[in-house]
Amino acid sequence: MPLQSLDIIRRSATTTPSPEVRGSYSGTVAKLIDTTKCIGCKACQVACMEWNDLRDDVGINFGSYQNPADLSDRSWTLMRFSEYENPKGDLEWLIRKDGCMHCADPGCLKACPSPGAIVQYSNGIVDFQEENCIGCGYCVTGCPFNIPRISKRDKKAYKCTLCSDRVAVGMEPACIKACPTGALVFGTKEDMKEHAAERIEDLKSRGFDKAGLYDPPGVGGTHVMYVLHHADQPGLYAGLVAEPRISPLVRLWKGRAKPVSLAIMALTALAGFFHFVRVGRNEVDERDEAAARASMDANRKPEARA
Amino acid sequence: MSDPVPRDTLLRYSPGVRTNHWLVAIAFVLAALSGLALFHPALFWLSGLFGGGPWTRILHPFVGLFMVLVFFTLAASVWDDNRLQSADWQWLRQWRDVVNNREERLPEVGRYNAGQKLLFLVLVVCLLGLLVTGPLMWRAYFTLPVRLVRLASVLHAICALVIICTIIVHIYAGFWVRGSVHAMLRGTVSPGWAWKHHRAWFRQITHAANPRARSD
Repeated sequence: MPLQSLDIIRRSATTTPSPEVRGSYSGTVAKLIDTTKCIGCKACQVACMEWNDLRDDVGINFGSYQNPADLSDRSWTLMRFSEYENPKGDLEWLIRKDGCMHCADPGCLKACPSPGAIVQYSNGIVDFQEENCIGCGYCVTGCPFNIPRISKRDKKAYKCTLCSDRVAVGMEPACIKACPTGALVFGTKEDMKEHAAERIEDLKSRGFDKAGLYDPPGVGGTHVMYVLHHADQPGLYAGLVAEPRISPLVRLWKGRAKPVSLAIMALTALAGFFHFVRVGRNEVDERDEAAARASMDANRKPEARA
Repeated sequence: MSDPVPRDTLLRYSPGVRTNHWLVAIAFVLAALSGLALFHPALFWLSGLFGGGPWTRILHPFVGLFMVLVFFTLAASVWDDNRLQSADWQWLRQWRDVVNNREERLPEVGRYNAGQKLLFLVLVVCLLGLLVTGPLMWRAYFTLPVRLVRLASVLHAICALVIICTIIVHIYAGFWVRGSVHAMLRGTVSPGWAWKHHRAWFRQITHAANPRARSD
C-alpha cells in the first residue's frame, strides 16, 4: 500500500499532491558513510542481503576484493575498492560503500513515466514501488549515480530502499546495524552533518587537509552522505561523481518538453479545425468535372468513346 | 488492376498501395498512443488500451519496428513520384493560395503536390530518426552508455513530436481536400478531382494511348 504511509512528498508521473499529511517534523533522515573508518568487511552487504532476503548469483573473482563486481537487482549495496597512489608515493586503499544516494532532487523520479512507481517520503527516502514499475528503465537514464538495476527475471527496477520498512517503524537500516567500526551511522540529516563536521575536523588535524563532506548540492543534497579523506577528488573513490546533477537532457525530456509538446500537438489540431471553420473544404464542382470530361473526350480514341 | 474501375473514375491508388498505407496508418496510431502514454503522465491512461504499463512498454518498440518496415515498403513504391522539383518551390511560395482553396492560381501539380512531397520527406527523416534512437532506449535488449541513451531519449521525443504533428496535418488535409479519403480507401477519384488537384497527372494518364494502364 504505497500511499497509506501518508508521508509522500513526491510521486513519479503525478502532478497533484499525494497523501502527505504526516510530515517529518523531527527532520529528514540521513545515512553517513565515513570512508575513513571503513575496513571493507562487507558486513553491510551481508546485512542488506539478510534483511531484504536477497541472494545474488555467485560471480567471478576479477582480481579485487570487490564482490560482487557491480550493483545488481539483488545487490543493493556494494563496497567498491580503489587503489590510489598518493603524491607521497604511498598506497591508499579507498573503500566506498556504493548504493542509492537518496537525492533530494531525484533524477529517477523525474524520469519515471509510471504514476507512483517511485515515491519520495517526507523523511527524504526515495523508494521504488515495484508493483507500479513498468520496466522501461527511464530511472536508469535519469539517475546521475548509475544506481537502479532492472531485474532480468521480473523486469522491475530495484535499488537500496534505505530500509524504508525499518525506518518507518523507528529502526535504523540493516547495514548500519551491522557495521563494526562505526563507519556507518544513521540519524537526522542535521545530526549527521554535525557528526561529519567533527570527523572532518579530526581528519584535518591528522593531515587530511582536504577531508570533507560529500552532500552534493547539484541534486539538492543527498540523504546518503560520505565523509571523504580527499573531498577535493571524489573521483578517486571508484568514480564517485564530482558534481552530480540531473542531466540537462533529462531535464528537457521530462521537464519543459512535456507540456510544450502536448501544446504544439493540440494547436496543430486546432489549426486544422479553424481552417475548416474559416476556409472550409476544397471541393470539386461540376465545372471541374465537365472540363475534365471534355479533355478526356478530346483525347479518347473513337472506339473507347462508345 | 484487379479492381473493376467504373468508366467515369480514375484509379489513383492500387489495392497494394492502399493496403500498405493503412497498415502504416494503423501501426502509427498504435505507436503514437503507446508512445504518448510513456511520454506524458497526463496521457499515461492510454497505456490501458494496451493492457497496462508493462504491456505498453513491451509492445511499443515492436509496433514501431513494424511501422518502419511497412512505411519503407510503401515509400519505395512512391519514392520517384515524391522527388521535389522546381515547380514545387513555386507551389510552396504560394502557400496562401493553397490554404485558401485558390488552386487555379497554382502551378499544375503532378501525381503529388509539394505539400505531399514535404510530408513524405518529413516522414522518411523522422522515421529514420525514430528507428535509430528507439533501440538505443530499448532496455529489454540493449544496455548502452547512459549519455547516449539520454540523447536518444530527447531525439526520439523530438522526432515523435514532429511526426505526430505532421500526421495531424496529413489527416486534416485528407478531410479538407474532399475525395482524398475515398481515394485511399477505395482507390478511385473522379476525373474532375484529378483535373482540379493534380492536372499534370490527369493529363499524363488520360492522354496516354490507354488511359488506365497506369494504376499505381
